[in-house]
Amino acid sequence: MWYRRLLLALLLAPALLWLFALIILPHLDLALLSFRERVAPREYVASLAQYRTFFGEPLYWHVFVRTALMSAIATVLTLLVAFPIAWIIAKLARGRMSALLFVVCLIPFWVSETVRTLGWMILLRESGVLPALLVHLGITREPVELLYHDATILVGLVYTSLLFMVVPLVSSLESLDNALIEAAYDLGGKGWSILREIVIPHAAPGITAGCIVVFMLTLGNYLTPTLLGGKSSQWFTEQIYTQFITRFNWEQGAAFGFLLLALSTAMVWLGLKISGQRFSDVMRRA
Amino acid sequence: MNAPTIAVSGATPDLEVRSVSKRFATHVAVDTLSFSVARGSFFSILGPSGCGKTTLLRMIAGFIQPDSGDIAIGGRSMAQVAPNRRPVNMVFQHLALFPMMSVAQNVAFGLARRGVGRAERLRRAEAMLERVGLAGAGGKRTDELSGGQRQRVAIARSLVLEPTLLLLDEPLGALDLKLREHMKLELKQLQSAFGTTFVYITHDQSEALVLSDHVGVMNHGRFEQLGTPQELYYSPATSFVADFVGANNRLAGKALSITASLVEVDTGGGWVVRARRHGEIAAGAAVEAFIRPEAAMLGRTPAELPAGQTAHSGEVTGMLFDGANSVVLLRESRSGLQLRIALPQTGAYSDLTVGARVCFTFDPERAICFPARAASA
Amino acid sequence: MISISGRCVLTVLLVLGLVAGAPARADNAKVLRIITWADYVPAEVVAQFRKETGIQVEVTLSNNEEMISKLRATGGAGFDLAQPSQDRIFGAQQEFGIYKPFDTSKVRLDEFVPELLATVRTNATIGGRLYGLPYVWGTEGLVYNSKRTRISDYGDLCKPELRGRTAVRLKRPTLMAFALASGKNPFALYGDTKAYTALMQQIGKTLTACKANFRFFYDNKDQLLNGMRTGEIYAAMMWDSGGWALNRENPDIKFINPRSGAIAWMDTFALPARGRNDAGAYAWINFVMRPEIAAKVAKSIGNFTAAKGADQLMDPRVRAQFAESFPDGLKNIKWYPAIPPGLEAIEGEVLDRVKAAD
Ligand SMILES: Nc1ncnc2c1ncn2[C@@H]1O[C@H](COP(=O)(O)OP(=O)(O)O)[C@@H](O)[C@H]1O
Ligand SMILES: [Mg+2]
Repeated sequence: MWYRRLLLALLLAPALLWLFALIILPHLDLALLSFRERVAPREYVASLAQYRTFFGEPLYWHVFVRTALMSAIATVLTLLVAFPIAWIIAKLARGRMSALLFVVCLIPFWVSETVRTLGWMILLRESGVLPALLVHLGITREPVELLYHDATILVGLVYTSLLFMVVPLVSSLESLDNALIEAAYDLGGKGWSILREIVIPHAAPGITAGCIVVFMLTLGNYLTPTLLGGKSSQWFTEQIYTQFITRFNWEQGAAFGFLLLALSTAMVWLGLKISGQRFSDVMRRA
Repeated sequence: MNAPTIAVSGATPDLEVRSVSKRFATHVAVDTLSFSVARGSFFSILGPSGCGKTTLLRMIAGFIQPDSGDIAIGGRSMAQVAPNRRPVNMVFQHLALFPMMSVAQNVAFGLARRGVGRAERLRRAEAMLERVGLAGAGGKRTDELSGGQRQRVAIARSLVLEPTLLLLDEPLGALDLKLREHMKLELKQLQSAFGTTFVYITHDQSEALVLSDHVGVMNHGRFEQLGTPQELYYSPATSFVADFVGANNRLAGKALSITASLVEVDTGGGWVVRARRHGEIAAGAAVEAFIRPEAAMLGRTPAELPAGQTAHSGEVTGMLFDGANSVVLLRESRSGLQLRIALPQTGAYSDLTVGARVCFTFDPERAICFPARAASA
Repeated sequence: MISISGRCVLTVLLVLGLVAGAPARADNAKVLRIITWADYVPAEVVAQFRKETGIQVEVTLSNNEEMISKLRATGGAGFDLAQPSQDRIFGAQQEFGIYKPFDTSKVRLDEFVPELLATVRTNATIGGRLYGLPYVWGTEGLVYNSKRTRISDYGDLCKPELRGRTAVRLKRPTLMAFALASGKNPFALYGDTKAYTALMQQIGKTLTACKANFRFFYDNKDQLLNGMRTGEIYAAMMWDSGGWALNRENPDIKFINPRSGAIAWMDTFALPARGRNDAGAYAWINFVMRPEIAAKVAKSIGNFTAAKGADQLMDPRVRAQFAESFPDGLKNIKWYPAIPPGLEAIEGEVLDRVKAAD
């Protein structure tokens, strides 16, 4: 009925307006920005120069590829770490214990990301706690610098992302009937085959949701990779920030932003394709 | 308590449970239980909810370790054998079909775990589906099947592995009544067709009676009685069994006088009945008497009743017409106790109306009297 | 012309502003919104200013690049007073038009040190109108731990024995410093894009070759101060005030004027193009330029201000440190000239390469 549709439109109007003003409009604006080039002070012409610079300059797409790869690795690591935790919360721990585990995953979020990252720095720097401990235990003779490696970035990213993986995993594992696992075991299944045939297929929407969220979060992270990364470590968001803020080159920054958007969209699509999930199912889990 | 065993024709029984106990915290779920099940038979464990049936079954399947005692399957002790290595399969209470797989994949799952090749296991799955009457359904998703078909898939999934023993945990519990009646027959047919030993759990006495060769009636982690359905029905060993198996009229009261075989019971309101004595009963002791609805006979006047038997009287409070199982509900005149009495199959007395006064009588030999159970029962 | 984007962002901010701030809007003249550097607006001075004028000061902390970017995004709105470095006014104004000129009749110009005022006049006058006034100045030189090493020029940060023990910022001052150390004058090439690009690329190579010596590129002062304090860093490029602060904690740490010359910076007052409270801004400038107020500011920052006579009220310890770091006074110090538009893009590309190099 037409008036029903009108009512629905009216009800949705504020949300749609909000979406339009805060998300679509700025993005349109950025899109326009990315397709122009400065020729002289306050003089711009339409051009593909920004995108040409990206593809023509190995520096930029190297950072781009590196960011994508590191994010993918961080996502996989997060999944590997989060899965046992989620399993314990959903299947083994009862009541208070499972709440406690959840809280443990929540702890990183009680402080701001800056504080959290600085905490890692205090822990890992050469004059920090962990290197001193290693010397004390006789594992290393001299304090070693544990900061500024790619591995450090990964540790920081996994730590920051853990909760966003654990939550959808717990919700999808909780809905897995224990009887299915017992039935599989009863029919001769072993740990690995049950995981592969029963648990993973069942948890696939949750796994996909967690992976998508974590991948996007890491891809868009700024503080962790820049603070924990070494002097050579670059992250694409840092490049966008630099173009916008330090170089005053909004056109280039906008183009980079769009490339990042394209990458995350492509990755979400790929993730859904590989896991054979539908977007709506996955988002219900997330 | 002695280990009740069923006479087995020479061969080792498929299942032997020897003095098995299991306690959860302070609660004893299974209490030094012993029994054995003959090859190829249909054995049921019947008991009220919470009496420890599932716990017992899960110990046989291997999901729970007994605190003490031993379980042997096919003559081999299962003490150190993991559930995925036992020659036992289980049909779960809610079936636990794998929703992420097709029907054929469900049936082939166990074969795949045994390393049977892809083509071979699909062939065997298809053959098994045919045997349970699901030919051609292999490609369907499990949620496209009806309740009864799902039931058959769950059984096929287990039987395809040719287990020594098939365990079924109230598999009909989730079905509606009509389907349940139908599946009862089907289960029985499947069992005799495959010849596999079934251990079947239920809280529904009619399922147990219809399906089983032997039934163990379980209460508080122990067997009250172990026997054929007929023995349970006609010769209950305890008042619990008499109460639980089949419909029964229970009359609590005091023993007035005791003869060699009969007890005179005062039901409280001065109404005195006589029943066969079971167990040690002293005069003045609290007792429970049971009279099956079909053991009593109705009459409009005492004259219509067989001569030589005590006539009792009552007032009709309800008529429950159910074809061959029709009963009349009445209130005994002196005690005010409620009784069910079967209507004769001839259709006589089917015109009785509420409020009518009737007479009835029963053979004391067909009524049975036990010492009263402890207060908790 | 305001860019389309500027307008859009503005619209969004406006909508947000209407939603969030409408009921609580204060009288424009009663609030002065300053975007500035850490320590530049001490609380004590703010309190005194409020008592005298009734104007409340709201401070947003920032740095040169962010200041320009924020003002660019709003077309010069959102703040009533900004404090960019004197060399960053000219280019930003040419490119984005984010400032408005001063009405010099409303400022007591005789309160300023004449030489500093003259420098800003040279660098921040556009179309005959003045866009900046001097506030605080200082130098960027070298700091080192004399227990660990001894250095005298920027190039010494690349000595092999300092592998992994030095730090610089990956920003234009470092390029300038290493250019000076290579014997060239980068400032003289500001007008010659080709020669400047060549010089910057050469400096980029020098820094890349030196990269193993840098433990990290620091983004904020505290990161470096901590590195020096814990002994992870032996030598670094550093601002004088930070160097002196370290020296007060640990006399082994020295701040020196490098052989090629420390680079002098000067932060200014500038009026955002669409500020709402110019009167308040003028009142603030005249207020903080009073010698006794300027002395308080100097103490908070640890640097000298541009107020005449304020250096006489400066902490004697800092004056002694200054004399030790600059035995020849201000003779061997290089002032930044105004940066013409477009230079940052050339430098940016070089800096990116240094960062990406292995
Ligand atoms: N894992 C367990 N922990 C504690 N108590 C249990 C557990 N499993 C069963 N029980 C208790 O043991 C008793 C028997 O349970 P169960 O074997 O499931 O009974 P049934 O299947 O006959 O209904 C019940 O009182 C139940 O609460
Ligand atoms: Mg049960």
